[in-house]
Amino acid sequence: MELSRRHFFKVCAAGAGSTSLAMLGFSPAEALAEVRTFKLAHTTETRSTCPYCSVSCGLIVYSLGDRAKNARSEIIHIEGDPDHPVNRGTLCPKGAGLLDFVHSENRLRHPEYRAAGSSEWQRISWDEAFTRIARHMKDDRDANFIRRNESGQTVNRWLTTGMLASSAASNETGWLTVKMARSLGIVSLDTQARI
Amino acid sequence: MTNHWVDIKNADVIIIMGGNAAEAHPCGFKWVTEAKQHRGATLIVVDPRFNRSAAVADVYAPIRSGSDIAFLGGVINYMLSNDKIHHEYVRNFTNAAYLVRPDFGFEDGLFTGYNADTRKYDRDTWDYQLGEDGYVQIDDSMQHPRCVLQLIKRHYSRYTPEVVSKVCGTPQEDFLKVADLIASTSTPDRVMTIMYALGWTQHTTGSQNIRSMAMIQLLLGNIGRVGGGVNALRGHSNVQGITDMNLVTNVLPGYMKLASDDEQDFQAYLDARSPKPLRPNQISYWQNFPNFWVSLSKAFYGDAANQYNNFRYDWFPKLDQPYDVLHMFERMYQGQMNGFISQGFNPLAAVPCVQKVREGLSKLKYLVVIDPLATETSEFWADMGDYNEASPSEIQTEVFRLPSTCFAEETGSYTNSGRVLQWHWKAADPPGEAKPDTDIIAGIFYTLRRLYEDEGGTFPEPVVNLSWEYGHPMEPAPEDLAKEFSGRALADVADAGDPPVILAKAGEQLSGFGQLRADGSTACGNWLYCGAWSEGGNLMARRDTSDPSGLGFYPDWGYAWPANRRVLYNRANCDMQGRPWDPTRATIHWNGSKWVGNDVPDIKATAAPAEDVGPFIMHPDGVGHLFALKSMAEGPLPEHYEPFETPLPANPMHPDNPLALNNPATRIFAYDREQLGTADKFPYVATTYRLTEHYHYWTKNVLANSILQPSQFVELGQELAAEKGIKDGDQVKVMSNRGYIRAVAVVTKRLKQLDVDGRKVHTVGIPIHWGFIGVAQKGFLANRLTPFVGDANAQTPEFKAFLVNVEKIVPTAQA
Amino acid sequence: MASLDIQARSATTTPSPGVRDYPDVAKLIDISKCIGCKACQVACMEWNDLRDVVGENTGSYQNPPDLDAKSWTLMRFYEVEPEPNRLEWLIRKDGCMHCADPGCLAACPSPGAIVKYSNGIVDFNQEHCIGCGYCITGCPFDIPRISQTDHKAYKCSLCSDRVAVGLEPACVKTCPTGAITFGSKPDMIDYAVDRVRDLQGRGFKNAALYDPPGVGGTHVMYVLQHADRPELYGLPQDPTISPLVELWKGVAKPVAIGVMAAVGLTALFHYITRGPNAVSKEIEEDEERKAKEEQQV
Repeated sequence: MELSRRHFFKVCAAGAGSTSLAMLGFSPAEALAEVRTFKLAHTTETRSTCPYCSVSCGLIVYSLGDRAKNARSEIIHIEGDPDHPVNRGTLCPKGAGLLDFVHSENRLRHPEYRAAGSSEWQRISWDEAFTRIARHMKDDRDANFIRRNESGQTVNRWLTTGMLASSAASNETGWLTVKMARSLGIVSLDTQARI
Repeated sequence: MTNHWVDIKNADVIIIMGGNAAEAHPCGFKWVTEAKQHRGATLIVVDPRFNRSAAVADVYAPIRSGSDIAFLGGVINYMLSNDKIHHEYVRNFTNAAYLVRPDFGFEDGLFTGYNADTRKYDRDTWDYQLGEDGYVQIDDSMQHPRCVLQLIKRHYSRYTPEVVSKVCGTPQEDFLKVADLIASTSTPDRVMTIMYALGWTQHTTGSQNIRSMAMIQLLLGNIGRVGGGVNALRGHSNVQGITDMNLVTNVLPGYMKLASDDEQDFQAYLDARSPKPLRPNQISYWQNFPNFWVSLSKAFYGDAANQYNNFRYDWFPKLDQPYDVLHMFERMYQGQMNGFISQGFNPLAAVPCVQKVREGLSKLKYLVVIDPLATETSEFWADMGDYNEASPSEIQTEVFRLPSTCFAEETGSYTNSGRVLQWHWKAADPPGEAKPDTDIIAGIFYTLRRLYEDEGGTFPEPVVNLSWEYGHPMEPAPEDLAKEFSGRALADVADAGDPPVILAKAGEQLSGFGQLRADGSTACGNWLYCGAWSEGGNLMARRDTSDPSGLGFYPDWGYAWPANRRVLYNRANCDMQGRPWDPTRATIHWNGSKWVGNDVPDIKATAAPAEDVGPFIMHPDGVGHLFALKSMAEGPLPEHYEPFETPLPANPMHPDNPLALNNPATRIFAYDREQLGTADKFPYVATTYRLTEHYHYWTKNVLANSILQPSQFVELGQELAAEKGIKDGDQVKVMSNRGYIRAVAVVTKRLKQLDVDGRKVHTVGIPIHWGFIGVAQKGFLANRLTPFVGDANAQTPEFKAFLVNVEKIVPTAQA
Repeated sequence: MASLDIQARSATTTPSPGVRDYPDVAKLIDISKCIGCKACQVACMEWNDLRDVVGENTGSYQNPPDLDAKSWTLMRFYEVEPEPNRLEWLIRKDGCMHCADPGCLAACPSPGAIVKYSNGIVDFNQEHCIGCGYCITGCPFDIPRISQTDHKAYKCSLCSDRVAVGLEPACVKTCPTGAITFGSKPDMIDYAVDRVRDLQGRGFKNAALYDPPGVGGTHVMYVLQHADRPELYGLPQDPTISPLVELWKGVAKPVAIGVMAAVGLTALFHYITRGPNAVSKEIEEDEERKAKEEQQV
């Protein structure tokens, strides 16, 4: 390689600079590098399952605090569960990013209501939400429930309110939902299984 | 999955077709890389796109989207023509030797019994010949011209390699390479597994795509085998569980078909679903249907359901027709619905033809959205400019948006694709006032129930009598719900011995569905899950990592349905003497007095091989169905039909029969038929799909994933891009007859132009992950483009094959 | 393996303690098993508390478009046809190679800003970084990046904080297909031999390990299907430490000490502190121009 005159001075200058810094008292002891402190040393670990695809990878959720009364658990890290027979600690880009799902700025925090014709949300209480939804459902069911079809056969179905059930909800949610839907006579029922 | 994730490591050949496991299921795909590395397995990928599964495949073959049956029919023909089938397995474990009615036929693309006006088949002739003893007639030599094997030979003889190449656009040599590798597993010492997903289901021939491969696996003797099976890679974390719980229009938990209007008689309903064996000694396990159904009703209605009131048979709705998701939105669009509850589901984004969905939602009185995240559906009324052309002031729908917890903030079980139920625990409180889904459903229902108790109303009985024995009626504990669906004894449950042995005492949790009774002495919310929470505790929470066989069964990790069985149909892993086809990969074997081994036997444990009890115990004939009888809408044998939007003027298999252009049994509503585009205006085949960096429409709300794939793009092959003057990074507009999207072009060598029936076919690839809400860049819902038509059996929309046009957007000078 | 005693330190003449022997660690990236899912990118950003900007797609799967101070690892995508009509999609996880003979460390003028630990990890200590960018010049793989926020250099630390407590790096743990593995360097080389044998059996005659000797070997190695053509993956054929840095070490450094006598320290400090990025930029530009001139010849 050929070194231009300009290059030569630059290299020398930087070299001189760094050498001189050491000579001026930036001693090696002070410059000792330390690794970043391991951030999970005393977090609480909870076993969980990834909510995305149906590989259902095992997770360890790390949260701040030790569940003492005065400490609010804040999830700070999520990593694959090395014991899990399927994922053995690995996670895909979705699973590896779950922390940002938990803390997404688009998480919903309160029940909300959008009135007919409105272009904004208003915050409501759970009690108000349940009461108003139940009233809508009852009015619709009472008015439109079909006890018998045109041939006089007992059919007991409710066609005018439908429901799509979550495929990311637990089996326990699914069971409770199917109890609700079928006892009300809902047949416009489907899940995300097809889509 | 008939098998499970870890089992993939035991395969010799792995075919990924109708799916993209590396991208959509990366951590499950690990077991493919393990099979390659440690078994020397060969990975085949057949896909319209050279995707990230193809990137690590040994063999890749391109295929035109929507032509899978032609390809697989060609494979069947190749196997039969070259005698590459597992004869002993086929003769004994499938219906290959069974005789079919003489009046069954197939002509010019249609099976017997078609009615073009109703677009439905009269399926009477799609049946066996029965003898006077009531059993199916068979010909063990499999030479009888009416036996299933001969019918299949004739049916698929048309699917020659030349025809496959003509229909699919797959180069013949690529097809032959794939067919030969598949056929190589017809020997007992080689096993193939198939991994598929929405790439097969999201077609108007979706169910038959899968059946085609099931037939191949039966002919190869690969079902019931370690390293084999037919493996649907399910989508959402609990789509398997919610499917098992059957939150679908026409089925009750545990795959029990709901009654139709004509089934007014309870006993007749039970009898129709409890078929007698069609061959001697067969189990025909659905004969237990009454045990399952009555136990379900007891879980619903407790003491209110008893033998004197037919266990409240009338309190369950009856159906005149299915009201699936497409039908639901059609009725909404027609103004026939008032209310709609969307739980963890974003239909504005996920259902085809966004414009129709939005209009439907606009006609509702009320919409309830339950979700951890803000969704497009909850804001369908918002004016988002081009992204969502809505006028809020004109939309009178009241919307309630209810915040639910996410996985990390709740406790419960998910069922994975391999049918394993696994428990998870709450790690932290949710943000704000968010509640678990169980509390939200309970809150709505219990409030409604109190209204019925206070006010009366229409048919309040099932509502006020629904069993609701939870500690807190508005906050049922997941543990209580799990115990309820797993099942318990209401009275002592005894076996049939003399003297009888008490299997479960009154009040105890049941240990399996064999304990369910039709007399009202047991309650169980889902017979398939019976025993998941037994007297031994919550088996879903088990975390034993031991794997005694080394084959990856992990029998004490979680709980697999049914009965903790890890490989379905595992009797078929043995020959007729009960010896494993491959002793190094054995599930169970006959030890001289019973079936024992690494897995829970999928057969009566004491059924000696000489009794000839078939491995497919749910079928009345005990065998795997190469010929599907009456179970499929469009025919007992898969046949190639074109997608509803096809680049071809006719079905190349039946060029002269317009009725056989596309699936003759598919339901399509009038408005949606009008919305179909044609190849003259929309010349390119489009297919929508997922990227590994994103999950559906969730992760556009997740910062990490939004960094990985920040903004909307479409993929174009180099040939098409050159024709259109489009370069990497250009803005393009993609249009179907229903709508348009704008996106950045990614020009690639990975999407090849194909030669199909004498014409060039280009494919446009459309990832789906963007929308008008999220931390990623805003984008267009891809389903603005897709057609509102579904599979003839499952009504899964045809997202994978439709027609579009593409144009470059020329930037206009800034004013 | 977890021990993180310091073996070498930038711009420091005092030798590090050297009596202990430690096994070297290594990360092996088997490109034939990589599906380009970017889980490693996410695991890296999650573990290291980094979130880059949400950018725009520029016509590629590669996002963010390049390494930067907040993206320490990046999947690079290459659609190639090593033989006619045989398309391969090669996907390479890019990031610090943790050279045994690290050019960045040799080039760094700031004492202790770059250290090499006894297990082979090369780590940047931003406390001591002056943002001059010499590490970039010194790196034969073009890895370090200067942050626009704090004007300090950043790159993959091989999760030195995890390795220090006995864990594998975050990217290694998360990798769904096992394309990334981690262990002692001899073990990783043994494992690579197996992988190469498998690939050769599948028709990749030129499969081999990439552990370039020009930088003394690396603690991040690749299994390449086409090791005869590393350029297919965007890797240098025979990386060596930049001649500029070699010169500084061999010739310029003694000369520089001599120059010290002639140049006032005040002036020197003025030079170092006047605008650190400008210095590196000038050198970079010079180098670029020079490289172009060489190409034209």
